[in-house]
Amino acid sequence: MSEESLRPNLPPLALHVPEPRFRPGDPVDFAEVAIPPADAARRPDTSAPAAEFHELAYTLVRVLDEDNQAVGAWNPRLAPEVLRRMLRSMARTRAFDERMFRAQRQGKTSFYMKCTGEEAVAVAATLALDYEDMCFPSYRQQGILITRDYPLVEMMNQIYSNSGDKLHGKQLPIMYSARDTGFFSISGNLTTQYPQAVGWAMASAAKGDTRIAAAWCGEGSTAEGDFHSACTFAAVYRAPVIFNVVNNQWAISSFSGFAGAEATTFAARAIGYGIAGLRVDGNDALAVYAATKWAAERARTNQGPTLIEHFTYRAEGHSTSDDPSQYRSAEEATAWPLGDPIARLKAHLVAIGEWDDERHAAMDREVAEEVRAAQKEAEKNGVLGHGLHQPLDSLFDGVFEEMPWHLREQQAQMLAEEAASGRPWARK
Amino acid sequence: MNMIQAINSALDVMMARDPDVIVMGEDVGYFGGVFRATAGLQKKYGKTRVFDTPITETGIVGVAIGMGAYGLRPVPEIQFADYIYPALDQLVSEAARLRYRSAGEFIAPMTVRSPFGGGIFGGQTHSQSPEGIFTHVSGIKTVIPSTPYDAKGLLIAAIEDNDPVLFFEPKRIYNGPFDGHWDRPAKSWAGHSAATVPTGYYRVPLGKAAVVRPGEALTILAYGTMVHVCQAVVEEAGVDAEILDLRTLVPLDIEAIEASVKKTGRCMIVHEATRTSGFGAELSALVQERCFYHLEAPIERVTGFDTPYPHSLEWAYFPGPVRIGEALKKVMRT
Repeated sequence: MSEESLRPNLPPLALHVPEPRFRPGDPVDFAEVAIPPADAARRPDTSAPAAEFHELAYTLVRVLDEDNQAVGAWNPRLAPEVLRRMLRSMARTRAFDERMFRAQRQGKTSFYMKCTGEEAVAVAATLALDYEDMCFPSYRQQGILITRDYPLVEMMNQIYSNSGDKLHGKQLPIMYSARDTGFFSISGNLTTQYPQAVGWAMASAAKGDTRIAAAWCGEGSTAEGDFHSACTFAAVYRAPVIFNVVNNQWAISSFSGFAGAEATTFAARAIGYGIAGLRVDGNDALAVYAATKWAAERARTNQGPTLIEHFTYRAEGHSTSDDPSQYRSAEEATAWPLGDPIARLKAHLVAIGEWDDERHAAMDREVAEEVRAAQKEAEKNGVLGHGLHQPLDSLFDGVFEEMPWHLREQQAQMLAEEAASGRPWARK
Repeated sequence: MNMIQAINSALDVMMARDPDVIVMGEDVGYFGGVFRATAGLQKKYGKTRVFDTPITETGIVGVAIGMGAYGLRPVPEIQFADYIYPALDQLVSEAARLRYRSAGEFIAPMTVRSPFGGGIFGGQTHSQSPEGIFTHVSGIKTVIPSTPYDAKGLLIAAIEDNDPVLFFEPKRIYNGPFDGHWDRPAKSWAGHSAATVPTGYYRVPLGKAAVVRPGEALTILAYGTMVHVCQAVVEEAGVDAEILDLRTLVPLDIEAIEASVKKTGRCMIVHEATRTSGFGAELSALVQERCFYHLEAPIERVTGFDTPYPHSLEWAYFPGPVRIGEALKKVMRT
């Protein structure tokens, strides 16, 4: 049989380009999202080999049931005080986001990113880690700093690039760095923090330390090569690290299908590496806490890394520069079948008799006032665009430990230009 | 010592002095590296301080950044500089900027060792000189030794440095200086003045060039293998040239360059990397800006050609004695 005679019988090949199920104007029906009952997932011993619980990468670990009770093997059985602290950190995070979003709209800074709907992913995970553990966040985990009681004023100073900004105005707003709070400097390049977290964890292990590392990235950026390099390294050396993949369904305007979500789950990425993988209801703060606690125990007892997919939903735009109404249905956020993480935790506390609407309203007023006061305080140090907040010559600080001649020359040139320009912000 | 032994000795000295120095890379552990630069270190310092890595350059450099941020002093090896490109983002966007973007909260003290350069029939993937890509990036230092003595002293200084350093090792001269005549028998380092290497600790500071041959008629700026090729060409031509071995490209020893060119009035720049936008262009611009009224002839640049590094036509690509000799005549004619 010749090749020519074969060809007419073959169907033309077709390229599959993923398409989200709903676009602007479409009614939303999330019935196809499989949500197992809250007590369905078993909880393996933390010393169990990763190959023994592959099914946990395809289900959803959940704790809060339809009656707002904590049930099943993953119930972390937290004391009411801890639950209230969790709730408050999430509420503070949301209040902070709302205030700073407005500040950007008022022209006080260039850029902001909210984590609305994803508060549990950072807050509950942070509470399950030790304060000494190093977090390698992406740009949507402001909840880590807020949970660790990092001063809100410091965060705002950074967002405003003002005279109080510890980073001296060198970073884009929200790209914090807080070494003493266990919060690694945020990069704008995606998932570069993953191998860095592995390196930090490996160093900790090589030195016989007890601290572990945790990294966060979005589901879209699991496509980056660094994600896979990090998984390989972590698996090979059994690095004490937790990989968090925040599957919030959208990477700017690209839905999770473009990162491979139609073919498998993100937690299942772990299986190929021999890493423990869990898929967790990211809007269930207790499930996030339980999974992180479990992964941290694995890391601390030298069982190696864990990859946790937090199945959640980005209720707001990617950033203040984004307009989600242009690419997704407006109904999606409200129709999201896993609800809102704050509302769910609140309902649980109410259901167990440890909270009520009055106290919740009072808490919301308190955190709003706290954020407002912090903003007032931060704005005393200035906002972006209102004059020069850092000494001009600091532009050249920190490129190297010691300034080489070519930078000194350029610094002198800049200062001379400034003196000649007659601009209002003479060098301080 | 040859240059490999000198590099091995530097790592040995630093690992003994500082428990935070860690060596990692493909094949560096049990085997001791494809060029044997890390031979014996794992046996001496153990597997948690000297270990093999997966084949992922971005992983190697990214992990080293995390280790540096923790407080270690990692010395990762990229087996050939041609394979550094997958690690480019970690070097350029992360290592080089970490101190700046965190206002000094986090630093990435690490020394990335990588054999580089051609003249060994390595084809396009085992011969390149990528230094110009990194000198263009703010926040990263670039060091290139040309002798065993310098290799050890510079590597020690690099490991002690708190900034990320790229340490490019000219593999053509690992075992002996090379005069550029590919058809002559290879020389060894034995008997060379810079092959006497102390076994203990010493530093060759970063940012200082060396006058390897004083002269009055012409200044030649070179580094790595080209230092030796230029020396041979100058001796054969009988020209009283002053040869500066730059040793570090960032930070650059501008004072030594300026002083020499102002003295001789002529300047030739030689490197193996491709010509366009190469580091020679930067050197040429600097000399022109600072020494124009002292120049008696146009600056000459001698470089590799703007092609990928060829395999069978390697010696046509390589800026050898003929190309350097012609440039020398041209710059001396005026």
